[in-house]
Amino acid sequence: MIPVSHTASEETGRGPTAAAPAIEVRELCKTFGTNAVLKGIDFHVDQGEVVCVIGPSGSGKSTLLRCVNRLEEPTSGTIVVEGIDITDSETDLDAVRTRIGIVFQQFNLFPHLTVLQNLTLAQRRAKKRGKREAAEVARKNLEKVGLSEKADAFPTQLSGGQQQRVAIARALSMDPDMMLFDEPTSALDPELVGDVLEVMKQLAREGMTMMVVTHEMGFAREVGDRVVFMDGGVVVEQGVPEDVLGNPQHERTQLFLSKVL
Amino acid sequence: MKRSTRRHLVQGVLYVVFIAVVLFVVLSADWGRIQPYFFNLDVAASLFPEIVLTAAKNTVIYTLIAFVGGVLLGLLLALMKLSPVLPYRWLATGYIELFRGLPALLVIFGFAYALPIALSWQPPGGSTGAGLIGLIIVSSAYIAETIRAGIEAVPKGQMEAARSLGLTPLWTMITVILPQAFRIITPPLTNELVIIIKDTSLLFIAGMALGDRELTVFARDGLTSTANATPLVIAALLYLVITLPLTQLVAKLERHNKRGR
Repeated sequence: MIPVSHTASEETGRGPTAAAPAIEVRELCKTFGTNAVLKGIDFHVDQGEVVCVIGPSGSGKSTLLRCVNRLEEPTSGTIVVEGIDITDSETDLDAVRTRIGIVFQQFNLFPHLTVLQNLTLAQRRAKKRGKREAAEVARKNLEKVGLSEKADAFPTQLSGGQQQRVAIARALSMDPDMMLFDEPTSALDPELVGDVLEVMKQLAREGMTMMVVTHEMGFAREVGDRVVFMDGGVVVEQGVPEDVLGNPQHERTQLFLSKVL
Repeated sequence: MKRSTRRHLVQGVLYVVFIAVVLFVVLSADWGRIQPYFFNLDVAASLFPEIVLTAAKNTVIYTLIAFVGGVLLGLLLALMKLSPVLPYRWLATGYIELFRGLPALLVIFGFAYALPIALSWQPPGGSTGAGLIGLIIVSSAYIAETIRAGIEAVPKGQMEAARSLGLTPLWTMITVILPQAFRIITPPLTNELVIIIKDTSLLFIAGMALGDRELTVFARDGLTSTANATPLVIAALLYLVITLPLTQLVAKLERHNKRGR
């Protein structure tokens, strides 16, 4: 294991400093056909750290996130999650995945199940929890995202913002060690974004390890311990939000920020 | 001529043609002969209750066996066709192309006669049972393609969300993909069911014991023994008594399922 020399969490005093990184990506490459999307990424997220990944569309940030639980098969490189090499073919991927919560841009709730069933399904089948325990955990997490009264509703009866909060509660119901967010507010109407971000801020305050691919610069500045700027399949620049967003060193970062801020 | 006037004129002509055709049929038919030959109440009465208790009942039983068998085998073939294992895909494709390309009558005939000889095995239900195996084989080829299309119509994000929650591929298929796929294919699957109801009439080719007779064979025997076409008319009505409520029921189910979309 390569020791991590500098982490933002040490500076902000968040999370255990001695522990192995929650996510450690080394030399990650991913090509689709002839199209190189990731060109040798080194990236890590420490325990309890909130890392926001920003960058123009097509920069590879979503692909990086999807590689972390192998929704995308890496072309080369290593990905270590809590000390477990998930690129190793011997690794029990399903077991590792129960420890990584993912929230998608398009929510991906199961439309044929009620909200409560959405939250209990994987708990029962993958975590082997009893019906009662699963329902209890589910209700606790629904309360957390402020949607207790929607337990028996179907996803299509909810607004986009509510669906995304249910998706967060669904991921949380597996008691994951970390949460990955893939542009969680990009598919939402502007007036619904706030509720979702509020839930994410709450999670960050509770010390959840988070990797957030986002276009919400306000969120990155306020909640992020570290901001990673990606462009063209490489990490161009990273550091605390004040530096990367407030005083970017690279031209590409400056150009991007001048367009979005 | 004004556009609306022209439209009224066209509609008027269509009505006149319709009425002329109906009048021609009614006036040219020899109702005096048709009534006793096709709608003979004495002959009709002599068919009951056997035509319901034996013939219609057998039609329903054969339909259920062929449909359930066809769906199970069709599901297996669909999964094989979507399998990453190449020989499975070949096998399923070959099977589907073969049995969709042959007349159902030929397949039923072949299985009814060849199976007992080839395998030295008498299927349960005698020659009718062997014919039913042929019917299952034929219907499964069509149903397999329907199910495959349904599985492919479920958005990719559903599989990703389920796998991210740690569900195994099998549980993902059973609890997330297939329930949605079957909702999508309810209309074409109903179609298959109605086709099977009618195709049970092909089982006659296998040769039937008296108690095994279904509607069409029963009516044909009635036609021969009474020298009257009324049994055919009664059989036709009974087919409709079976199919119409069924299509209504499925339409109702479909409306109900829309809730969970």
